Parts: sequence; C-alpha cells; structure tokens
Amino acid sequence: MSTESSAQNQPIASTGPAAVSVTGVGKVFASRKGADVTALEAVDLTIAPGEFVSLIGPSGCGKSTLLRLIADLDTPTSGSIEVFGKTARQARIDQAYGIAFQQAGLLPWRTVRANIELPLELHKVGKAERGARSSELLSLVGLADFADKYPDQLSGGMQQRVAIARSLAESPGLLLMDEPFGALDEMTRERMQTELVRICAETGAAVVFVTHSIPEAVFLSNRVVVMSPRPGRIRDVIAVDLGRAEGRGEGLREADSFFEAVVAVRESLHGEAAGAPAARGVDQR
Amino acid sequence: MTRTGSPLGRRVLLGVLGVVVLAAIWELYKALGPATGVVIGDLTVLPRTSDLAMPHVWDMVARLFRPVRSAGDDEMMWQAVLQASFFSLGVAAVGWFVGVVVGMVLAIFMQRFRTAESALLPWIVLSQTVPLIAIAPLVKRWGSQIEIGSFSWENWMSVALIASYLAFFPVSIGALRGLGSPDVNHVELMRTYSVGWWATLVRLRLPASVPYLLPALRLAAANAVIGTVVAEVSIGLRGGIGRMIVEYAAAAGGDPAKPWAPIFGAVLVGLLAAGVVALIGLALARYRRGETPA
Ligand SMILES: Nc1ncnc2c1ncn2[C@@H]1O[C@H](COP(=O)(O)OP(=O)(O)OP(=O)(O)O)[C@@H](O)[C@H]1O
Ligand SMILES: [Mg+2]
Repeated sequence: MSTESSAQNQPIASTGPAAVSVTGVGKVFASRKGADVTALEAVDLTIAPGEFVSLIGPSGCGKSTLLRLIADLDTPTSGSIEVFGKTARQARIDQAYGIAFQQAGLLPWRTVRANIELPLELHKVGKAERGARSSELLSLVGLADFADKYPDQLSGGMQQRVAIARSLAESPGLLLMDEPFGALDEMTRERMQTELVRICAETGAAVVFVTHSIPEAVFLSNRVVVMSPRPGRIRDVIAVDLGRAEGRGEGLREADSFFEAVVAVRESLHGEAAGAPAARGVDQR
Repeated sequence: MTRTGSPLGRRVLLGVLGVVVLAAIWELYKALGPATGVVIGDLTVLPRTSDLAMPHVWDMVARLFRPVRSAGDDEMMWQAVLQASFFSLGVAAVGWFVGVVVGMVLAIFMQRFRTAESALLPWIVLSQTVPLIAIAPLVKRWGSQIEIGSFSWENWMSVALIASYLAFFPVSIGALRGLGSPDVNHVELMRTYSVGWWATLVRLRLPASVPYLLPALRLAAANAVIGTVVAEVSIGLRGGIGRMIVEYAAAAGGDPAKPWAPIFGAVLVGLLAAGVVALIGLALARYRRGETPA
C-alpha cells in the first residue's frame, strides 16, 4: 500500500460539495456456503465536480462494485457514500447521475431517439422539450442522421454513443461508466475517447470511469485510481496533469507527459516490487 | 432480427398446395386402400374406404352447394355452415379475450409477488387437467342461478367461459416467462431512473414479453376454438358449429357427405382465429426485433 495514497484521495480542485465522497466503504458479499467475499475494504475517495476519475485494476478488484455502490444499485456493508452532499439513495432518486454500462443496453423496440428520450419520458418531461433535448444530444454524439433507426441497425460503437447520449439526457452532474468502450475495436475506441473528452468539457459533468486500459485511463482522466484485489482497496491515486479537457487532442497520445503518466500507472499496477508479474486482467496497451 | 418470411403470395400458394395434397392422399387411399380398412388386432388403424365412411372430396364440396335438407327448399348448406361458423367464432372470440385478460392479470400478479407464483402456478397447471366434460354441466348449472337485474346468464356465456378456461393457460405461462425475460442490465437501468414497478412493467417488461406472448396467444386461440366447439356440444348450445356436427352426424347414413360440411366450418373458424392472431403479430412487429448485438 502506497503511503501517499490517502493524501491524494482528495480532489485536485474543490468547489462546493464534492460530486462523490466515499468514506471508509467496505462491501462483503455473503455467500450461501459461508465463504464471504470481501469485494471492497476501507475505500476512501473524493471526486470534485467536473473531475474525471478512472478506476483501474486487475479483474475482480471491485471496480464495478464501487461504481454500483455509488449508483445505489447495491448498498455498502460499512462506511458511507455521498453524491453531491446527498446520500447515494437520495441522489439516485433525484437523478443526480447518468450511467452507462459495458453493454449499451438499448431497448430494441425503441428508435435511437426514443431510447435517448426514455429517461425524460419516464420523468414526465413534455413532448416538445424531449424532442429538443434528444436532437441536441443526437448531434452531440454525431448521430443526427440515425434518429429514426433501431438499435439493431447500428454498429456497436454507435450503440454505445446512443447509450452515452441517454446517460446525458437529464444533464446530470455526474456520469458513471463501467467499461463503456470495452467491446469496441481500438480505432473506434480512441475516437470515442476523444469524443468523450469533448462531451465532458461541454457538459461539465464529473465522471467515474472504469477501464482495463492504462492509456485510456491516462488519456481521459484528471486522476487515475489504481486498485488492488482481495480485498479490493485503493492502492494508489495518480494525478495526471495533461491540461484541462479542452486542450486534449489526438496529438496528446504522443506527448512525453502522456507516456510518463502511463509509466507511473503501470508501475503502480505492478506493485512496489519491481519485476513482479504483471497484474492479471489489466490491458497493457 | 426480423424473420424474413416468404412473400405473402408464396405462402398462400403453399397453403393451397397443402390442401390439394391432402385431398389427393384422401382420394388415393380411398381408391387403393382395402375396403375393410386397416385393422391390427381389434384396432382400426385406417378407416374403411366405403363411400359411407369416406365420401369423395368432390361429393363433400358439392354437398355445400345443395340445400341443408336434400328434399326441402332450405337455405344452401354453405350458408348454414357459414352462419354457424361465425356464431362459434364470436363465442370463441369472447372466450379468447376473457382468457387473455385473465392470463395476463395472473402473470403480472405472479411476476410482482414471488410468493404468488409459488402459490398459484401449481393450481394453474392443475386446472388444465380437469376434463372439459366435467366442468361444462357445472358451469351451466351455476350460470343458470345468476340473475342480476335485467342481466341473466345465457348458455352462450357458459360456452365462452369454458373457452376462456382453456385459453387463459398458455397466456399466463407465456406471459410469466416473457415478463421475466428482460436483462438484469435493463432492470437496473430502470432502477437508476428510480421509477416504480408499474413504469418498469409498462415500459420494459410488457414490451419485452411480446415475443413470448405471441405464440401463447396463438395457442390460446386454438384452445378457445376447440373449447367452444366441445362446450357447445356438452352444454347443448344451438346455433354453433359444435351442435351442427352432432346433428349432422346423425344424418350420415342417408347423406354421408353432410357431416363433413360443419367440419369444414370448424376448420374455417380455426383459420380465421389464427389469422386474427397473425394480424396482432404484425401490429406488434416492432417489439419482435431481437436483442441488440453488444
Ligand atoms: N453479486 C455478487 N455476489 C457475490 N460476489 C460478487 C458479486 N458481485 C461481485 N462479487 C465479487 O466481488 C469481487 C469484485 O467484483 P467486481 O465485479 O467489482 O470486480 P471488477 O473489478 O469490476 O472486475 P472486472 O474488471 O472483471 O469487471 C469479485 O471477487 C466478485 O466475485
Ligand atoms: Mg467490472
């Protein structure tokens, strides 16, 4: 465990209530055979409004679990979670966050536009307003020409963009994303990353982003949270200083500062002991 | 994944071809089969080929265009059959509709409360093992005691009730599976929208259940038709195909083609019922798009 991690668990810039504040959170999954699984233990993390934080770590280290706790899809066994100063439950009820999973999870019987409008429709937003908002989002994710297509008529990357547009529908201050680009090819993936940076800059939303790819984490994030498994803990928090989102372009992927950050995250993932075997399940690209 | 059905013209052609083949087999067996039929032990496996047991196909068709009673100047046979067919179809439709509503309500209830599922499901399955012949007189007797104001229970309602008794079963089973079919992903998405059970039902579970529901509706239609025809006989309701089949069977001796006319009518009712369900399937085509590939 790195000693500096607790100090770096604080956000780089803090204004008003934190977007997410996780304090001493643990999660134990009880199993029938009595062999309980400790998925998370003593996790502390604070995320500032507008900040982009990636969670990275080997498979099974509790990244998805942490995200689900923040989303109030599950409840922590110990500790507390606040989202914009509210309990996770209240934040969910108030629609404080938007969420996107690895599977786009679009409803196959709804058109692209109707899928994006789903949360608005469920929350009784008027028809005209819904139409205006979905048009806005469609052009934001570059799918204006596909509004009336059905999900099965889109490529995987396009479906994922629809899912992101849907998660942005109610202009949430926080986006939760669990490997949203995991199923995409490298080319599409990089394009989507660039788009996500742009979208976040335009919307000013804070993001918690789970990924297996070090370059992806570094390219997107203000801070990269490195986690270790059994039990799931935060091993390290690495600040990536690549400038504010607006300035990030494709050129950045070749910059020295980018590589330095990639090396820093990789070393942290591999543990303090140099030459330790690579953490399993982590993409070394 | 919308199933690319063959064009309508081709399907109709295939259907007609099927009927022609069936008629050909009938005539072929009648011409070549043994006059006493095929008997193994005491069991008659294939019928006798006499004109009495197996009239010629053309005789059966021609019979439709003669008056009901050969001697008199009654209406044409096809008119009488058509009338009875529509009567039965109407009763079956009422039974089907009631059965679908009851089946859906049961399924939704079982989906909502897990305990209801374990409490109800065995009874629902058990209900189908009660023979129709046993419940028909009961329904008739109970029905005859109902009289509320100007409303009084009529025999056709008993028949429709029995039809619905057969129709609700596939719907409740199919809908229960369909309502439980959405991915965890989708259910959790609804949870993140913090909408209640009702909105999840309407926006997610019901649309997702359509692919399971359509075959159930088709089965329910077939059950409703069979239930109607059989119940007409056992309750003794006049005017429908079931009663007609029994009445005309008595005339088989002197007029062997006559009993076949209402049987054609029963087939027609079945076809029409299947057609209506197919139309419903067309109207719901949007909900039959397969899962989105990830
Ligand atoms: N519902 C559950 N019931 C029991 N155990 C669970 C459950 N969900 C997760 N776990 C366990 O908790 C641990 C962390 O799981 P989690 O899905 O958070 O890992 P992850 O970091 O997201 O992994 P991956 O990178 O493969 O997605 C695992 O050991 C897993 O087996
Ligand atoms: Mg995961």
